[in-house]
Amino acid sequence: MRRRLSPGRVVAWAYLVIVLVVTIFPFYWIVRTALSNNYAMATDPSSLVPVDFTVGAFKRALGLASPAEAAAQGGSAASIDLLSALRNSIVYAVLLTICTVFFSALAAFAFARLRWKGRNAVFAVLLTALMVPQVLTLLPNFVLIKDLGLLNSFGGMILPTAFFSAFNIFFLRQFMLGLSNEIEEAAIIDGAGPLRVCFRIVLPMSAAPIATLALLTFINTWNDYLWPLLVTNDDTVRPLTLALAVFKQSSPQAALDWAGLMAATLVAALPMLLLFVAFGRRLVNSIGFTGLK
Amino acid sequence: MVVTTREKTLRAATTAPPPKKKRRSAAHRNDAPIAWLLIAPALAGFAVFFAYPTLRGLYLSFTEFHVLTEPRWIGLGNFRELFGDATFWHSLLVTIYFVTLSVVLGILVSLVTAVILHRLAVSATVRGLMILPFLISGVVTALVWSWMLDPQLGIVNVLITKLTGEPVLFFGSGGWAVPTLAGLNVWKSMGYNAVLIFAGLQTIPATIYEAGRIDGASELQMFRRLTVPLLRPILVMVVVLTVISSFQIFDIVQVTTKGGPADASKVLQMYIYDKAFGQFDFGYAATMSLALFVLLAAVTFAQLRMARADESDTN
Repeated sequence: MRRRLSPGRVVAWAYLVIVLVVTIFPFYWIVRTALSNNYAMATDPSSLVPVDFTVGAFKRALGLASPAEAAAQGGSAASIDLLSALRNSIVYAVLLTICTVFFSALAAFAFARLRWKGRNAVFAVLLTALMVPQVLTLLPNFVLIKDLGLLNSFGGMILPTAFFSAFNIFFLRQFMLGLSNEIEEAAIIDGAGPLRVCFRIVLPMSAAPIATLALLTFINTWNDYLWPLLVTNDDTVRPLTLALAVFKQSSPQAALDWAGLMAATLVAALPMLLLFVAFGRRLVNSIGFTGLK
Repeated sequence: MVVTTREKTLRAATTAPPPKKKRRSAAHRNDAPIAWLLIAPALAGFAVFFAYPTLRGLYLSFTEFHVLTEPRWIGLGNFRELFGDATFWHSLLVTIYFVTLSVVLGILVSLVTAVILHRLAVSATVRGLMILPFLISGVVTALVWSWMLDPQLGIVNVLITKLTGEPVLFFGSGGWAVPTLAGLNVWKSMGYNAVLIFAGLQTIPATIYEAGRIDGASELQMFRRLTVPLLRPILVMVVVLTVISSFQIFDIVQVTTKGGPADASKVLQMYIYDKAFGQFDFGYAATMSLALFVLLAAVTFAQLRMARADESDTN
């Protein structure tokens, strides 16, 4: 089964290796920088291993380093309240994921498994949301959240997308349409009502796509930047993405604490990397699915 | 407990004839009340945070509105301002430049990558690694690349300086800013698109390639004559998705260049944000949002039309 090593294959492999290196190298560089001494790094900027290995940058990022210690390693005066930002990101992403997936699942069940007048018309109306990009609703939603007095609160951050996601409903409905009727009918004959059918039969049978959706929603929310930027204005609710950007923008470009910033970046990216290790296969498959709908 | 009692009353109220005798799925006939109950949250979310803001956005684009005071109707005033606004047209061009670079470069690299992944039968782990950049936020992408491209200490510029003696100001020079941002955009989405295209490739039966090989076609010929035409639907989708997301690019621009230097990378979404939250000119910002939306709709529609016309050609 050994394949010939034609010139074409060599070129193809070379191309693939280059693409992989460009894809992966920045992640390595985050780790390498985060474990370096920010002062010493300037003397050897192209070193492939951490310069003057230290975990000082993580201490600074987490607010554990004393000012003297921070100054000795080239940390800047600007600090980043990473722990509260981390907490905010977790609250924001978990709350939103639970709400939007739960309510989408209920709606998807009603659209896929129940018979009622107007079902298709209502579904078509909801689907129009798939065609309108965020630009159009962003500013009016900000004004709405401001009028409701929900600026700078978790409520304001999650409310616009907590109850309704056209993509989630569409995705789950497609799956539920494909479930066989038999178990459901047996349950109905045994006297189960639609709600029992929903919670005891159809939702458990849809556990796999629900998990995939939860994963995708969590990733998107964790990485969201623009909406939190509009509706938050201090550390009490500000998520990690914003805290990082604020830290970078408030430090002077010439004396930026790159090691500290990369340590904070690593903390911000870590949950995603862990999800990737745990669910990488499911993620890759879900991308394939969304493409082939 | 609460759910079960509620469930019982609901069932009692809705299933008038006991369902025992009915042995058909027609037992679902009286589902309407429960169905409306189940979709109520989604409907409310749709009405309050989608339909209403969309209509309000349309209305605001005809007003002068500075958030703290009531909107004042000024008819087509904002649209007139739009046509004479040089910065708007400039940022429109910048956006189109950015989108074009992102689409051409992004599709080319991800298509070639997907085909190579497929033809070399590389393991799924490699495909998994490819989507890593898709998982991290635009902010993290922007931060790590502004570090790697830093003029003094960034690894890329250290290497460039060794070769040419002079660093490249990737974010700091007018000529480089947009291509660099497009590069970041491509880096972030390339793996995701490659996996999408890869999924499409898997649906092409291997026998087609065997037939091609028997007819003496080279790899390149098969790529052009078999792979690309058969992949057309999925390629169109990837292009449309890339166009839509690139037109609305914001986070990587805001974190790196903030639209600079001297507006060189001021994409539309950046300008809208500046107008709304820098100058509190919400009415005008709403008008520009509407313009961006109309533009997006037109481009998407044109792409889908073109794709369909081509499809009938090849089949």
